[in-house]
Amino acid sequence: MNCIIIDDEATARAIIGQLCTNVPSLKVLEDFPNALQAIKYLNQNEVDLIFLDIHMPDFTGFDFIDTIKNPPNIILTTSDPNFAIQAFGYDCIVDYLVKPITPERFQKAIDKAAAIKPKASEPKSKTSGQVETSSGNDLYVNIDRRLIKIDIPSIYLVEAKGDYIQVKTDDKNYTVHSTLKKIEEKLPNDLFLKIHRSYIINVDKIIDIEDNSVLIKKDVIPVSRSNRPELMKRLNLL
Amino acid sequence: MEQPNLSYINSMSGGDKAFEKKLIDIIKGEFPEEKKVYFQNFEAKNYQLTAENVHKLKHKISILGLEKSYDVAVNYENNLIDGNTDGRIEFESILQIMTDFLETL
Repeated sequence: MNCIIIDDEATARAIIGQLCTNVPSLKVLEDFPNALQAIKYLNQNEVDLIFLDIHMPDFTGFDFIDTIKNPPNIILTTSDPNFAIQAFGYDCIVDYLVKPITPERFQKAIDKAAAIKPKASEPKSKTSGQVETSSGNDLYVNIDRRLIKIDIPSIYLVEAKGDYIQVKTDDKNYTVHSTLKKIEEKLPNDLFLKIHRSYIINVDKIIDIEDNSVLIKKDVIPVSRSNRPELMKRLNLL
Repeated sequence: MEQPNLSYINSMSGGDKAFEKKLIDIIKGEFPEEKKVYFQNFEAKNYQLTAENVHKLKHKISILGLEKSYDVAVNYENNLIDGNTDGRIEFESILQIMTDFLETL
C-alpha cells in the first residue's frame, strides 16, 4: 500500500514513518506538515492510505477529508479520543489511533486497512475544477469546510475581526477564520498594502485619500501614521 | 514528581539506535518551539490557542513516558478551553522537568 503521512508535528511524522518501515507492505511516498500541501500532492498522485492528524492549525483533518473528492482509506492519528464518534461517520476512515501509537496497535490498524479493498485516490488534473491550493490570480479560502476560490484582483479590502478576517470583493464578502498576517503573505505586494493594523487594501481600488483615511468603494478606512509614508510612496502623485 | 523515560521510544524503535537518536533530536528541536508558543499565547491570555498548544505538547509528554503528567495536561487543556487557568503551575513544572531531561540526552 502506498501511503502518505499528514501531521503538523515533526515528531509524530517521524514516529509514524518509523512504524511504517516495520510493515513490508507499506511504502511511505511523502509526509506533509499540513493538509493543503497534501491536497496539492493528491491532485497529481495516487495513494492507497493516508495517516491523518486531526488537530492541525487552519485546516483540520476533517476539513481535509471534506475537501478531497474520493478520499482513499484513512487512518486518523490524534491525541484526542473524543473525535472517535465523528470519525466513524466517514466511510473512508478505517481506524482511529490515539497517540502515542504503539507498534501493536499500529499493526492492527494496518491489518484493518489491508482487509478493506483499497480505493486509491484519483489524481485530479489542474483543469478539472477540483481542489487546488493556489494559482496565479486566485486565492482559496476555507469556509464551512469548503475551499472557495477568490479572484485576487477583485479583493478591495481585508479587515481583521478578532479571530476572523473579512475579505471584501467587488461581488461578495467572505468571513474567514484566519489572520491579517496570513492573508498578507498570500497577497501580491505590488497590489495590496497594509494601511492599518486591522486593514489591508487593494491600492488600485482607492477612490480618494483625505487626511488620515482612504475611501475605497464605499468604505472609509483609517490610515495609521506609521503606514502613511508607504501609502504615499505607492501613489502616482502629480 | 514523575520523571521522564525513554521506554516508549525504545519500544517503538525496535532497537534501531539511529532512529532513536533521530527522534530525540527532532523532539529536542521541536519541544522548545512548542513551549515558546505556549508561553506567548498564555501571556497574551489567548486561552483557546494556549489549549491547542497544550494539546500538541501532550504528545511529547506521553512519548517521554509521563503518564500521570499526561492526565494533568488533559485537565489543564480542558480548563483552558473553558477560559480558566487552573493547573497551570503543575503543567509548567512538567515542561521544566521535560526540559531538564532533554538536556541530559
